[in-house]
Amino acid sequence: MSILVDRDTRLIIQGISGNEGKFHGQQMIAYGTKVVGGVVPGRGGETVLDVPVFNTMKDAVAATEANTSVVYVPAAFAADAALESIDSGVKLVVIITEGLPTLDMMKVYWFARQRGVVVIGPNCPGIISPGKAKVGIMPGHIHKEGRIGLISRSGTLTYEVVKELTLYGLGQSTGIGIGGDPIIGTSFVDALGMFEKDPDTDAVVMLGEIGGTDEETAAEFVKTKMTKPVVGFIAGLTAPPGKRMGHAGAIISGGKGTATEKIAALNAAGIPVAERPDQVAGLVKAKLKL
Amino acid sequence: MKIHEYQAKAILRNYGVRTPNGDVAATPAKAEAVAKKMVAKGATFPLVVKSQVLVGGRGKAGGIKLAHTIEEVRPLAKQILKMNIKGEIVKQVLIEQGVDIQREIYLGIIVDRARKMPVFMASAAGGVDIEEVAASTPEKILFVPVEPLLGLTDYQVREMAYFVDIPKEGMKDFAGIVKGLYKAFMEKDCSLAEINPLVITGAKEVIAADAKMNFDDNALGRHPDIAEMRDEAEEAPLEREARRLKLNYVKLDGKIGCIVNGAGLAMGTMDIVKHFGGEPANFLDIGGGAKAEQVTDALRLIVSDPKVNTIFFNIFGGIVRCDLVAEGILIALKNLPDWNTPIVIRLSGTNEEKARDMLKGSSLISAATMSEGAKKAVEISNRAA
Repeated sequence: MSILVDRDTRLIIQGISGNEGKFHGQQMIAYGTKVVGGVVPGRGGETVLDVPVFNTMKDAVAATEANTSVVYVPAAFAADAALESIDSGVKLVVIITEGLPTLDMMKVYWFARQRGVVVIGPNCPGIISPGKAKVGIMPGHIHKEGRIGLISRSGTLTYEVVKELTLYGLGQSTGIGIGGDPIIGTSFVDALGMFEKDPDTDAVVMLGEIGGTDEETAAEFVKTKMTKPVVGFIAGLTAPPGKRMGHAGAIISGGKGTATEKIAALNAAGIPVAERPDQVAGLVKAKLKL
Repeated sequence: MKIHEYQAKAILRNYGVRTPNGDVAATPAKAEAVAKKMVAKGATFPLVVKSQVLVGGRGKAGGIKLAHTIEEVRPLAKQILKMNIKGEIVKQVLIEQGVDIQREIYLGIIVDRARKMPVFMASAAGGVDIEEVAASTPEKILFVPVEPLLGLTDYQVREMAYFVDIPKEGMKDFAGIVKGLYKAFMEKDCSLAEINPLVITGAKEVIAADAKMNFDDNALGRHPDIAEMRDEAEEAPLEREARRLKLNYVKLDGKIGCIVNGAGLAMGTMDIVKHFGGEPANFLDIGGGAKAEQVTDALRLIVSDPKVNTIFFNIFGGIVRCDLVAEGILIALKNLPDWNTPIVIRLSGTNEEKARDMLKGSSLISAATMSEGAKKAVEISNRAA
């Protein structure tokens, strides 16, 4: 098993005719993801990447029985695309787009909660269940099927860690990029809960960064609710306060959200925290006594 | 993005928030002219002369003064306009009608990341740093989360009014201000909007004596009026240049310039440089694509920081092919003929061997992993220092 995406994933690509949508659509299909259609308003009836394009998400779901969508639509229109998707009957919406206004994402978050739809992102690399399906932009080839769950706020830093895990023979059940924005659809706690329930995940790696208090909340959750081992890494020990470090959510404000605080919280919950990304895999091995 | 007090007040006035009358001036003479005009229109002394800076704590730094006569305005403005407040040069002063302060209230609204909704904060302990109040006496602040699908409700406004003990005569004004602040916050895509202090005057009027608004950078595209208010002089010159080049850059104090693709990895790279005993000169994320043009821009930017003595390229080519990145770097170096800063480069991912072969003839120092690259960069930098 795995979580969120697998061989039963039937995917609609919102923005399939754009550069990003088309390029990563190709990559997803090559990886084995069942892409069943695309949505581009005004382009209904066309075919892109050998799949049908629809004007609306509702048309797409009715025609293809899709259960998942991925959003590559530009930032100004991405929230509306996500709302449309939440309203269409799919169970999972992955927003890759970077730069969504926070108040737009706030609406997406609450609408999804109301409808019982899982939203991943925005500003994230997506989800991959190695050997089964990938929905997003991460490089498939560095991943390997296995039993480690991975949750991360960033992209390339995650790939760095995945590469090491794979090198150490530690394959992954599912990797989730939850995104680097202040408001995200799925938090560390949500994803940790899913991995805790997944019989095919033995341990979880969480890659956090400065900003917000999600890592602290996650530490509390691990301490009180989780039986599986968790290993962490926090980026941004050297980040100065008040400066946005690329990700909209990566900012130390009002003295809150420093890496030091987060590392202390994780350690207090019994979660070993790697000092460098290339030490994560070793810590996982040690935790699993491999 | 931050804006000045006078700009925030102008926005809030459009939303029905009452503020003292006033105007800005960039010279002592202009300040006097503003004051004279105000007096002619009925303003009474004292007038307040306030430095317009984006940093906090200007009052304690002496950046706010009272003028009791028209003669005092010019020298006070002159004094304040020369000030450097926490590294920020004062370029404008706001001349305002002084208010008869009976009580000072704090009223603010932020996007609460944990609750995932806007949250109002109200406190009768206004006029001081609210973070200090929150740390020492949190019970003095009322937090009122606003359900995004409901919006601000009347009962919540009443809860705030009773908590901060608004006099009966001021209830209507207070409600108008809270609702106006909320509307401005939502319509202008703020990340923070704050009135501190919100003053209750001797005549029981409710007036915003100060105002602060921060905006969501991601939403500036749909608010050209706000984007125009950006005070470029407040940015570090290199950061301003980076913003023009659409590069994510934050200047730090060290000697090792870091060029990385991806924000998380860029932070991780700074950390690892420090871990091995070096000092990162910057945060820089050139994005996923890393084409020749961005690489050139990034290199130019980094070397214009005189402190930089070594450059560390850390690229994880996931889907991006490393050979294309290498090609970009070689083109970039060709465009920069006077190049002499040593570069350590680590390329990982698709076609990394091919990329390393391409870079062999060049002066670049190759590293196979992030740790190895950081170590090499730190050694070179420390030797040069």
